[in-house]
Amino acid sequence: MTMEIVKAKTSRDDKQMLGFMLIIVCYLVVALALPLYAILSKSFKNHDGDFIGFANYLEYFSTPALTYSIQNSLTISILTMVISVTVAFILAYALNRSCMRFKSVFKVIALVPILVPSLLPGIALVYLFGQQGMIKSLLMGYEIYGPIGIVISEVFFTLPHALIIITTALSIADSRLYEAADSLKTSKIKTFFTVTLPGARYGLISAAFVVFTLTITDFGAPKVIGGGYNVLATDIYKQVVGQQNFEMGAVVSLVLLLPAAVAFFVDRLVQRKQVAVLSAKAVALEPKPNKAFDLVMLGYCLLVAVFILGILFTCQYAALVEFYPYNLTLGFTNYQFDLMDGGGWDSFYNSLELASWTAVIGTIMVFLGAYMVEKGKGFNMGRGLFQFLAMLPMAVPGLVLGLAYIFFFNSPNNPLGFLYHTMGILVISTVTHFYTVSHLTAITALKQMDREFESVAASLKAPFHRTFRKITVPVCLPAILDISIYLFVNAMTTVSAVVFLYGPHTNLASVAVLNMDDAGDIAPAAAMGMMIFYTNAVVRILHGFLTRGVLKKTQLWRIR
Amino acid sequence: MSGQRTNSYLKIRGLTKKFGRFTALSDVELDVDEGEFVCFLGPSGCGKTTLLRAIAGLDIQTYGQIEQAGKDISDLPPSERDFGIVFQSYALFPNLTIAKNIAYGLENEGHRKSDILKRVTELLDLVGMPDQSDKYPSQLSGGQQQRVALARAIAISPGLLLLDEPLSALDAKVRVKLRGEIKDLQEKLGVTTIMVTHDQEEALTMADRIVVINEGVIEQVGTPEEIYHTPATQFVADFIGTMNFLPANAIGKAAMNDLKVRIGDIELDCDYDEQLLGKQVLASIRPEDVVVGNNHDPADRNVIEVKIDNIEFLGAFGRATLSSTQLGAVRFMADFSANLMRAEKISRGMTISVSLPSQSIRVYAI
Repeated sequence: MTMEIVKAKTSRDDKQMLGFMLIIVCYLVVALALPLYAILSKSFKNHDGDFIGFANYLEYFSTPALTYSIQNSLTISILTMVISVTVAFILAYALNRSCMRFKSVFKVIALVPILVPSLLPGIALVYLFGQQGMIKSLLMGYEIYGPIGIVISEVFFTLPHALIIITTALSIADSRLYEAADSLKTSKIKTFFTVTLPGARYGLISAAFVVFTLTITDFGAPKVIGGGYNVLATDIYKQVVGQQNFEMGAVVSLVLLLPAAVAFFVDRLVQRKQVAVLSAKAVALEPKPNKAFDLVMLGYCLLVAVFILGILFTCQYAALVEFYPYNLTLGFTNYQFDLMDGGGWDSFYNSLELASWTAVIGTIMVFLGAYMVEKGKGFNMGRGLFQFLAMLPMAVPGLVLGLAYIFFFNSPNNPLGFLYHTMGILVISTVTHFYTVSHLTAITALKQMDREFESVAASLKAPFHRTFRKITVPVCLPAILDISIYLFVNAMTTVSAVVFLYGPHTNLASVAVLNMDDAGDIAPAAAMGMMIFYTNAVVRILHGFLTRGVLKKTQLWRIR
Repeated sequence: MSGQRTNSYLKIRGLTKKFGRFTALSDVELDVDEGEFVCFLGPSGCGKTTLLRAIAGLDIQTYGQIEQAGKDISDLPPSERDFGIVFQSYALFPNLTIAKNIAYGLENEGHRKSDILKRVTELLDLVGMPDQSDKYPSQLSGGQQQRVALARAIAISPGLLLLDEPLSALDAKVRVKLRGEIKDLQEKLGVTTIMVTHDQEEALTMADRIVVINEGVIEQVGTPEEIYHTPATQFVADFIGTMNFLPANAIGKAAMNDLKVRIGDIELDCDYDEQLLGKQVLASIRPEDVVVGNNHDPADRNVIEVKIDNIEFLGAFGRATLSSTQLGAVRFMADFSANLMRAEKISRGMTISVSLPSQSIRVYAI
C-alpha cells in the first residue's frame, strides 16, 4: 500500500494570519535581534571599526576599576533580592492570610512604586538621609550615598513586582491541605513550614529572580544615590555618555546581559512548574480571624505603608519647598522647568506623547502578535522564532537595548537612520523593551478562552478577522486594557533605554529627572518625578473607571 | 471490517493519525450513509475524538483519504468543509446573545437581516427555547446552552453534523432528556450525524450504527443490537454492558456439529468458529441471559446446579454471584429481576438450577 502523508491545504485565513505574524516577526527582528547583533559585534571592534577579537574584553577584565562593578552589582542585587522578597512575602501573607482591616488600602499603597521612576526614591533618600537630611541621625553615621541608599531605593522599586508574584502564589492555596494539617494536630508554625512555604515556593523563587533582574539592570537608583559606588548599569552610562567609549560600553552591556539573561531563563523554567501547581483542583482558603495575629499584620502593613508613602511625601515636600533647608516656605518655584536644564515642560508633554503612542501601538501589536502565534496554524518554525523573540526583551536590560539602538540605527548605512532622535525610535524602543510582559498577559488571556471558538467559527465559515473582532477582542478586553496601562505607565517612568535615544526635541520627563538631578537641581527633579507619579495615578484611575465602564457595557455576559 | 459500503455519504479509507511516534488511529476504514446517525464509542484516549477532528479538518490525518458527498476533502481546512460542530464545552461565544450566537454562521453567508431573524426564531423554536434570544450564554443552564450550540451548528444547514461528547458535561437527568431531543431533531432534519461518546447507553439509545474504537483501531461497526448481542471481539463484549468471561477449553467434533466448551467439570453446548477447537478460550454470557427456574427444556444440556454466594441489590434487579463445585474456582454473575426473586423466593445461600442457553454463549480466542 502506498502511504502518502496528507499535507493540509492552507486556508486563506491561515495565510493571512501567517502574514500578520511575519510582519511582527520582522518588527522584532529589526527592533530587537539586529540591534542586539550590532552591540555584540561592536564589542569585538575598536574605535575604527576593525575586528579585534576579545581585546576589549581583555582590557575590561584587566581594569579593576571596571570589574569591581560586577561584584558591586551582584552585592546590591542579592541584598535587594533577600530584603524585597522577605518584605513582600510577609506583606502578601498579611493581605492574603489574615483578617486584618484596610487590606484594599494597603494593596493600593503597595503598588504605588510602579507608578514612579526608579530615580525618585533616591531623591527622597537624599532629602531624608543626605548631608542635610531631615532624619539623618537615624543612619547612625552611615552614609546614604552608596550601597545603603541603592538597596533601600531598589527595595522600594521592586516591592510591588515581588508582591504581585507572591500574592498569586499564596492565593492559590488549597484549604483542604490546611484542614488535613489541622485534623492531624499540626502546630501553626509547622503548618507554615510544611504547607504554606512549599506551596508558595515557585512564587518565591520567581519573585527572587524578577527582583534580582530588575535591580541588576536598574540604572536610576544607583545613578541618583550611588555616590562613588559603581555598578554595571552606571558604568555603561559613564562609558557611553561620559567617555564616549562606545566599544567599552558594549562590553559592559554584554557583561550585564549575562546575569540578567541567566536569571530570566531560570525563572522561565521555574514558572513552567508553577503552572502544574495552578492547574490542580483546589478549594480556596478563607482566612479565619485571629485578633493578635491580625493586629501584628496590621502593624507590619502600616510600617510598609509609612515607608512607601514617606518616600512619596518627602519628594512632594522637596518639590514644594523653596530652597531646602534654608527657605522652607512652600511654593511652585521648582515647577518652572523651563528655567532648568533638562528639557522643561516640553519633556513632560513628550513623555505623555510617548506613553500614549506606546500604549496604542504597543497594545495593538502585542495583542495581534499573540493572537496570530496562539491561534494560527502551521509554520511552526516561524512560530517558535516569534515566541523566542517575544520573550527576549525581558532578558535584555534597557540600557543595553538603548545602546544597541545607537549602534544599529545610528549606523551610517542603515536606511532606518532617519528615526534616530525622533519620537518614532523612542516608541519603538519602549514597545520592544516592555514587549515580554505584555505578550505574556495577552497569551494568558487568549489561552483562557475556549480553544474551540476558532473551530466553531471555521465550521460556520467565519473569516478569522471577524471572529477576532467580534469575539476575541471583546472577551479579552480587560487584558487588552491591562496591557495598555502597563505600557503607558512604563513609558512614563522608564529611563534606561531612552536615555541614549532622546534628541534635542524629544527630551522626556523621566530623563529630565535624571538630568536635573545630575545638574544639582534636585528639587525640580523631585517635582518632575512627582508629575510623572500624578500622571500615572490619574491614568491608572481613569483606566479603572474605563475598565469598569467597558465591562458594564460590553461584558454584560460576565454577570450571571 | 463491516464498515465499508458503497454509495455512502462519508467515506474514510486507510486513515492513520500519528502524534510523533504515537499512533492515535490506525488504518481506519468507515462508511457513513446519508441521514445516518453514527456513534463513535470507546474508552477515553481510544482515538474517537481524533477521528472526529480529522473528519472536521481540525487535526488533519497523517495518511488516508476522506470523501464527503463524493468530494475528496482529505486535505481541506475546516473552513472549506461542510459540517456543523457541537463541543462538550458548548463553545458558545460568551459575549454574544443567544440570537447572535445562532446567527453567527448565517451572517457569514450574507443573508438579509430579516431572513436571519426569521431563521433564528425558527431554530430557537426547534430546540425548544423560544423567548430566550436576548439572554447571554452564562445566564442559561448547561442543557440550554447545549441546545443553543446545537441550533448554531444546524443553522447553516450543514451536510454533516459532528457532536463531540455533547452530553458529557450535563446532569444525568438532563442528559437523558436531551438525548431524546437530539435524536428526534436529527431524524426530523435527516442530517448525517456523527457523535463521539464514551457513554454506551448514549450510543445504544441514539445511534443507527455504532463504531466501537479501541486503541486507535475499529473493533466493530454495527447496529446497537448487533453490538450488544453479537460483540465481534472480546473488547466489545467487555466494554458494552456486563459480561461473564469464563476460561474454557473448546472441545467437540466439528463434523457432527457438536461444539462444546468445557469449564471445570462441566461441558456446555455452544456455537463458535471451528478453528478454535482444541484451544483455550473464553466463554462469555451476559448476566441477564442466565435463565433461572426448574422448568428447563429436558433437551437443554446447559443446565447446572449453582449456589448463590451473594446478591447485590441494584433496584429493579438483583445481581447474584453464583458458584458450583463442578465449576471449580470459577464464579459467574446472573441478573434476576425483582419479580422473579420475589416469586421464586431467591435468597443468598440457596442452591438453584440455571441454564446458560447455548445461543447466548459467545466464545473468544485468548
